[in-house]
Amino acid sequence: MKEIQVYGQKDTRSGFGEGLAELARKNQKVVGLCADLTGSLKMNAFKDQNPERFFQVGIAEANMIGIAAGMAVAGMIPYTGTFANFSTGRVYDQIRQSVAYSKKNVKICASHAGLTLGEDGATHQILEDIGMMRMLPNMTVIVPADFNQTKAATIAIAEHEGPVYLRFGRPVMPVFTDSNAPFQIGKAEVLNEGVDVTIIACGHLVWKSIEAAQELSKKGISVDLINMHTIKPLDEKAILDSVEKTSCVVTAEEHMMNGGLGDAVAQVLSRKKPCPHEYVAVNDSFGESGKPMELMKKYGIDTLDIVAAVNKVISRK
Amino acid sequence: MNNLELIKIASQIRRDIVRMVSNVSSGHPGGSLGCADFLTLLYFDLMKHNPKSFEMTGSEEDIFYLSNGHISPVWYSVLARAGYFPINELSSFRKISSRLQGHPSTDKGLPGIRMASGSLGQGLSVGIGNAQVKKLNGDKQLVYTLHGDGELQEGQIWEAAMYAAFHKVDNLIATIDFNGRQIDGDVDDVMSLGDLKLKWQAFGWEVLVMNGHDYENMKDTLSQAKELTGNGKPIVILMKTEMGMGVDFMMGTHKWHGVAPNPEQLQSALSQLEETLGDF
Repeated sequence: MKEIQVYGQKDTRSGFGEGLAELARKNQKVVGLCADLTGSLKMNAFKDQNPERFFQVGIAEANMIGIAAGMAVAGMIPYTGTFANFSTGRVYDQIRQSVAYSKKNVKICASHAGLTLGEDGATHQILEDIGMMRMLPNMTVIVPADFNQTKAATIAIAEHEGPVYLRFGRPVMPVFTDSNAPFQIGKAEVLNEGVDVTIIACGHLVWKSIEAAQELSKKGISVDLINMHTIKPLDEKAILDSVEKTSCVVTAEEHMMNGGLGDAVAQVLSRKKPCPHEYVAVNDSFGESGKPMELMKKYGIDTLDIVAAVNKVISRK
Repeated sequence: MNNLELIKIASQIRRDIVRMVSNVSSGHPGGSLGCADFLTLLYFDLMKHNPKSFEMTGSEEDIFYLSNGHISPVWYSVLARAGYFPINELSSFRKISSRLQGHPSTDKGLPGIRMASGSLGQGLSVGIGNAQVKKLNGDKQLVYTLHGDGELQEGQIWEAAMYAAFHKVDNLIATIDFNGRQIDGDVDDVMSLGDLKLKWQAFGWEVLVMNGHDYENMKDTLSQAKELTGNGKPIVILMKTEMGMGVDFMMGTHKWHGVAPNPEQLQSALSQLEETLGDF
């Protein structure tokens, strides 16, 4: 197992906040909109440095998406900020018509995604958002793995003309991607090369997969580990190249089993390279209150769940 | 443009509307006919715009958003007659591979359209966003939006109304097609809007009222609305119209909201509408 350097412990939402502030210093077309969660989204630096380009919309997410779409018509690059639940499910129709169908250059930036939002419970822990967003034509879906990658992705998506869904979260997690690494939409990152099994993960589950791969390597199992930070467009080549070596796949995500990264990968496998595939994801269930790591364990998306899935998928080869 | 010329254009636009929907036995003639005079005035007299070289950003132009997208026939006809695209393209309305989708869309690149609409309640937010960028850029031109009265039952409209007043979006003139009818019946029977004037005033807007079929009254009211811009408040015009205006059997009822006339009904309608600019 290749050594993975850890640069510190940070939350991905702070990567978004830093990225947005840095981006806005270079790009005058960037505007920020927030639905009463400026602090939670870490948008305060952007707001303080660009008061004329920051728009507080209050608790009115549908209106926020519409305003962002109108700003995009006029040539700006709007970044909307609220929790993932209110960024997607609450405003699906607004995104569908005014952003995706109309191909508007709106960046929907969603924090507190998944179970790791923690104590607020299931009303706020959306586990369906990747599915909803990847079903929309014209939508790019990005789930960066750590603080540095979220920052880089926040900056990079401004150069992509079109709707983007950028998903990140609340918990403090290890930072392991290089702060100087450029972010390339749709280009998966291979974190470790192996021959026994492919693990494809996104978001917080990338770190959990690194831990799992380290455990597995002690038992002589070598993991081809892919950080699939872009769910759409999906890097099919990276998947197929890896499966060519390993002939089996585990996908890992902080999302419902239905419709997420696992299903996106399964579509590629079923059409182009059928092989055993196990999901590490939440199985058709809402979450609940609790500490982030307790929830990951209870809902089967922790390090040991990945290890178990790997053992199972290898046995099916 | 003088009123007589505008009336002539509107007559042709009404002919276009009934012919378009009859042609495909689908579409929404009622509200389209009701808004024909207003849209004629906007595009042929009031707005500064560039039909011959449409640009999505519309900087230094007045911008119009149709929020109640189901009255696409009137918008398509006005856009074509104003020069945005060939008039004979109106015959493709609602047909396979047409740029003239059932509800307005940017998807196939029809000039004049900046945003899809059809799912109701979204256009005011869009107009506000565009208007705020105009202010940010020092662009003095205005943003106009049109909404159905039934559409005001959507909650997003009121989110947008609250926002526009709070953020002093005073370069926006929203108009409500106040015909009192929606698909299921009279608005007052389906879901009454209460005192609409007081509602908008309570939300912090300047409220004007006009007759959407009286050009002199519309010119005066819109001129007053333009004078009110830049004073820190958004402006809304409650425009009294008659659904189906111009075709006797379509007036006085909600039943022609989304029903196309059959060939006999079409002939009856056309006999009431003078062909002034040549049919498509």
